[in-house]
Amino acid sequence: MTDAAGAVADAGAEAYPRIVAALIRVTGDWTLAEDCAQEALAAALERWPRDGVPANPGGWLMTAARNRAVDVLRRAAVERRKLRELALLTDPEPAPPEGDVVDDRLRLIFTCCHPALALEARVALTLRTVAGVPTAEIARAFLVSESTMTRRLTRAKTKIAAAGVPYRVPTGPALVERLPGVLAVLYLLFTRGYDASGEPAFATEAVRLARLLHTLLPDQPEPAGLLALFLLHHSRRAARRDADGDLLTLDQQDRARWNQAEIAEGVALLDRAGSGPYALQARIAAGHATAPTAAETDWPAIAGWYDELVRRTPTPVVRLNRAVAHGYAYGPGPGLDLLAEARAGGALDGYPPALAVEAELTARLGDQRRAMALFQAAADAVRSEPERRALLRRAAELTRPARRGRSAPS
Amino acid sequence: MKYMMLVCTDTEPDKDPSAAPDIEQWVAERDANGQRVTGSRFAPPSAATTVRVRDGELLLTDGPFAETQEVIVGFDLLECADLDEAIEVVRAHPMAYAGRIELRPLVED
Repeated sequence: MTDAAGAVADAGAEAYPRIVAALIRVTGDWTLAEDCAQEALAAALERWPRDGVPANPGGWLMTAARNRAVDVLRRAAVERRKLRELALLTDPEPAPPEGDVVDDRLRLIFTCCHPALALEARVALTLRTVAGVPTAEIARAFLVSESTMTRRLTRAKTKIAAAGVPYRVPTGPALVERLPGVLAVLYLLFTRGYDASGEPAFATEAVRLARLLHTLLPDQPEPAGLLALFLLHHSRRAARRDADGDLLTLDQQDRARWNQAEIAEGVALLDRAGSGPYALQARIAAGHATAPTAAETDWPAIAGWYDELVRRTPTPVVRLNRAVAHGYAYGPGPGLDLLAEARAGGALDGYPPALAVEAELTARLGDQRRAMALFQAAADAVRSEPERRALLRRAAELTRPARRGRSAPS
Repeated sequence: MKYMMLVCTDTEPDKDPSAAPDIEQWVAERDANGQRVTGSRFAPPSAATTVRVRDGELLLTDGPFAETQEVIVGFDLLECADLDEAIEVVRAHPMAYAGRIELRPLVED
């Protein structure tokens, strides 16, 4: 990549959402805003290598996009007012943090994540409009054709216009009500990128968007908690797989390959993250991330955070992870008791990780024969081939004595 | 913007009907602040007549156009700045608890 092309990529990543958001605010036309922002990037790729990188790359892009929008609207003979407002649109810098001036990008995020849109549409629209991810890439991640994704995005934008979804950041109690929905979209985006079969770039986008949200809403604890959670998980991305691409459990990972800068940033955010569900998950992740070795993990602390998390979000999967933590903190017996509690009412029937946890705890209790059968059953139940291999490997290890294996969610 | 509130019954209403606000108060407040343009309850579906013209012939059917468990029991026409304002109006309506309410924007030129 040439220096100029790199400068376009850097300036684009920073300025794109701001340009799109500003153009939407003035013109109300989502497609026009995206097209003009894209065309500004294309123009920069053509001109900067030849003319040099401008002193204010973001400002250059904003001006190019604005001029393009003026051209298009002039041809469409749109009202004078919009053109006048467009002509004044020059400042690509973030809005000052004080006062009631709201950053355009925040408006854009809240509109893309409006609960009147279907959840999948919210995720896709956020990727397309705020993060500038090409439609073809989003389509691949959602396992649909590009034309289907184009239709889905068009339908979402049409609904925003036709239903009068406001282009506004809610305030007061409405902000508290709407913020979790925005965070849920980013969380889904992150897990889509972090899954075994996910699109890794989405995880990076989710980190970027969470950082933006935290910067724009510094007084809200949950965006800080979500960003911390993302960073602490993201820090392990280089160490999560072996040479065959199989997922490694935490104790098997090379901790030297964990990203210490991301861990430090995530841990530092915890002070401002409050004690909501994302913050609690982030504290758990920090407990793992800051342990020098797997054996030195502070399991009683992690078990305590899981107790708190179960009180707030008593889902079967959270209860399952709590059983794992208690198993390490207080022994396999208490772990198995909590596992039985998590399974009450058949909640985790046919869920392979529950079988794997039972197998692990049973092995540590000393019943190797039963543990092997459980690992085998878990391997039969998983769909992903790498996970199946990992479980069979664990079953095989039990035939060799005296290895005290341990595994925790990676 | 104008929004049509289609007020509908629901087979699974809110478990605590006493939590629902009072309808008279809802109407009085929205009439006073201009959010409610007009509205009315409907006579039951048994009073409905469905009308079609096909090949120039008038066809009448006794009953509503769709036989469903849920029944539209009334409407209100709202004047609101945007969807969020309309949602706030609807969440304060007793039938949001006892039934469900569809918000349909009007196409305005």
